[in-house]
Amino acid sequence: MHLSKVVWCFIVIIALISGCAPRQDTDEKKIVIWHWMNDRKSAFEELAKRYTSQTNIPVKFKLFFPPDIYSQKVIAAARAGSLPEIFGILGEKKSLSSFIKAGHILDLTPVMKENANEWKDSFYPQTLQTTVFEKGNFYDVKPGIYGVPIDTTLMQFVYNRELFKRAGLDPDKPPQTFDEFITYAQTIKDKLGVDGFICGWGEGWLLNCLATEWAINIMDEQRFIQTLEGKIPYTDEKWIQVFSLFEKIKDSGILAADITTMINKEAEDAFSKGKAAFSFNGSWSVNVYKQLSPELDYAFFSLPKAANASFKIWGGAGSSFMVKAKSSNKDEAIKFLKWLTARKQQKFLIKNTNNLAAIKGCEQDLPPILSPLTDNLDRLTHPNIWPYNEDSRVIEVMNKGLQQTVMGVKTPQEVAQEVQQIKQRVGRR
Amino acid sequence: MNACLKEKGVNFSFIFPALLIFSVFYIYPFIYTFILSFQRGDGIYISEFVGLANFKEVLFYDKDWWPSMFYGGFITFFALTFQNVVALLLALAVDKAIKTGKIYRVIFFVLCVLSEIIIGLLMRQILISNPGIFNQWLDKLGLGFFLHNWLDAKKILFQVGNVKITHALVTTALVHSWKGFGWAFVILLAGLQAIPEQLYESARIDGARSYQSFLNITLPLLTPVIVLVFILTILGTMQAFAMILALTRGAGGLTEVPVMRIYNHLRGSQVGLACAEGIVLGVILIAISFTMLRISKWVRSRWGVLPS
Repeated sequence: MHLSKVVWCFIVIIALISGCAPRQDTDEKKIVIWHWMNDRKSAFEELAKRYTSQTNIPVKFKLFFPPDIYSQKVIAAARAGSLPEIFGILGEKKSLSSFIKAGHILDLTPVMKENANEWKDSFYPQTLQTTVFEKGNFYDVKPGIYGVPIDTTLMQFVYNRELFKRAGLDPDKPPQTFDEFITYAQTIKDKLGVDGFICGWGEGWLLNCLATEWAINIMDEQRFIQTLEGKIPYTDEKWIQVFSLFEKIKDSGILAADITTMINKEAEDAFSKGKAAFSFNGSWSVNVYKQLSPELDYAFFSLPKAANASFKIWGGAGSSFMVKAKSSNKDEAIKFLKWLTARKQQKFLIKNTNNLAAIKGCEQDLPPILSPLTDNLDRLTHPNIWPYNEDSRVIEVMNKGLQQTVMGVKTPQEVAQEVQQIKQRVGRR
Repeated sequence: MNACLKEKGVNFSFIFPALLIFSVFYIYPFIYTFILSFQRGDGIYISEFVGLANFKEVLFYDKDWWPSMFYGGFITFFALTFQNVVALLLALAVDKAIKTGKIYRVIFFVLCVLSEIIIGLLMRQILISNPGIFNQWLDKLGLGFFLHNWLDAKKILFQVGNVKITHALVTTALVHSWKGFGWAFVILLAGLQAIPEQLYESARIDGARSYQSFLNITLPLLTPVIVLVFILTILGTMQAFAMILALTRGAGGLTEVPVMRIYNHLRGSQVGLACAEGIVLGVILIAISFTMLRISKWVRSRWGVLPS
């Protein structure tokens, strides 16, 4: 009797332990892809069906949403050795470098360079660059191409054309300078009683994108990179000028109430309902606005310049897929990604998801609202292509400081000092 | 001897599955958190062993850690006082009218069942200034003078050094208390119902008034339950996170509580630092819990419930 109980206990324990074991790769030619792109779920599933019908190779897209959950899932799977054949990595390039150094991601350089760089050259250079590690890179990663971009994203200002008309402004002439932007937003607010500007500034990264664009406009990209390197302090007058722009926006009274506790989804919803004249958002918002308010009359415009100099736009690869280094199906995974980034599939994605393509030659197929954005593709800049990357604690202090500047709790000088202090301390460590 | 060993073996085989699950899901992560707290890395690629550097960073250099503890402490203070006093009053009321008590128990407890994220998002929709539902109600009720941006983080009520108490923080504390009082209510009600009715009858015969019965019978006998509620409130509130994230997203650091800092460091690939923060928070909470237990013993011995 006792013996049978012990045997049963043993069976249960073995079952528990084997259930916790990592998934073993089999020789079966099946491709599993993990992603977080909720808005592209049906488009991906349709593409998976098409690929399976053409090749007889089963393809399964698995969605994990929201992105925070997805990130944790990928990290846990990497540690457990159960990553799928293809997956994406969210976050900074530092995260990507960690996955590479831990041996989870395949270097795609040889296949990208096949047939005289055929696959590599099909991408917009700035888009592909986000997954490239050059020789002697800051992250100490073996040089190579470690990801396949599937679209291009850029951050732009967006304005409501209908509100422009109602306020007596020309809807075809968006503001070109920072001062014009403030004046237009104030005019619309005064005449129509709607908010001048709305954005999800509860999410610090949106403030950081905008601060970066204005910083590069005011001090040029080289000096901006020198700040990351530690050669120019954040207390430099140019940086204080950048932080002061946020104080000016606050003082102008154009900001939506609760803007510093607002998430971007909330801001997108309010903008799509005509509750604000301007917003700052990514090119993905075309799909969002279409779903929220199909009749919304709006357009994108480039950064309202704070200085009479050139400017850059925050952008690059919106989403990239990586191939698991230890996958037994990596050749099939690469074949699928080549197929996914071929012109026919990219056009399908443009049509169904309203995103800019990752590859060149699809410009004719873009919806009219997105077409002007392609003019700015040579202006793209992104932390993933800079030779140096800022420490996340410095970014956190800057984002919080800007949020508090917008609230009127901190001055630009105080923010500059706090950011420089943490920069020096992180540098010493 | 052999039979004794065999019996112990059989007994152990019964608890082994539970022990295994506890070890895998509690003890191993706990030990691993300790190991990570001495390293610099992002959970994927550990770059180096840094000794106590992460703890030094948390305790002495991170300018936002102690303010976040203060903000968590402020919300906890609100919960300990406002939330628990309301819970006790309601528990006393329901205890007296026990026939209808079941309905009230369900009504008061239902908030605790709802997800923190849902409560946070709902309350945000109600409290935001434009077009906040709460402000609309106030306006319709003729209380327009009371219209207010309830989540306003720039309205500083008072400031102590680096720490700013804003409207957003007070609103967060109120919402948290509103959501959490059901737990305290249910536990306190159970404690009240465990007090023998004969004690009150004897007191009445001796001519004791209601407040005298409350002070001399209810409060001393309820002290262990009150201490339990206090400890659970402190542990629960200091670890509050999801509701505050949904309600204010930290309001530029002005409603940022300790777990939100840990979460932000995890997202920023500072896993070692986040683990060190988790351990520091855990140690502080354990210390508070033990202090509460000591105080409880002292109070009970003073009241004669326990021998001193």
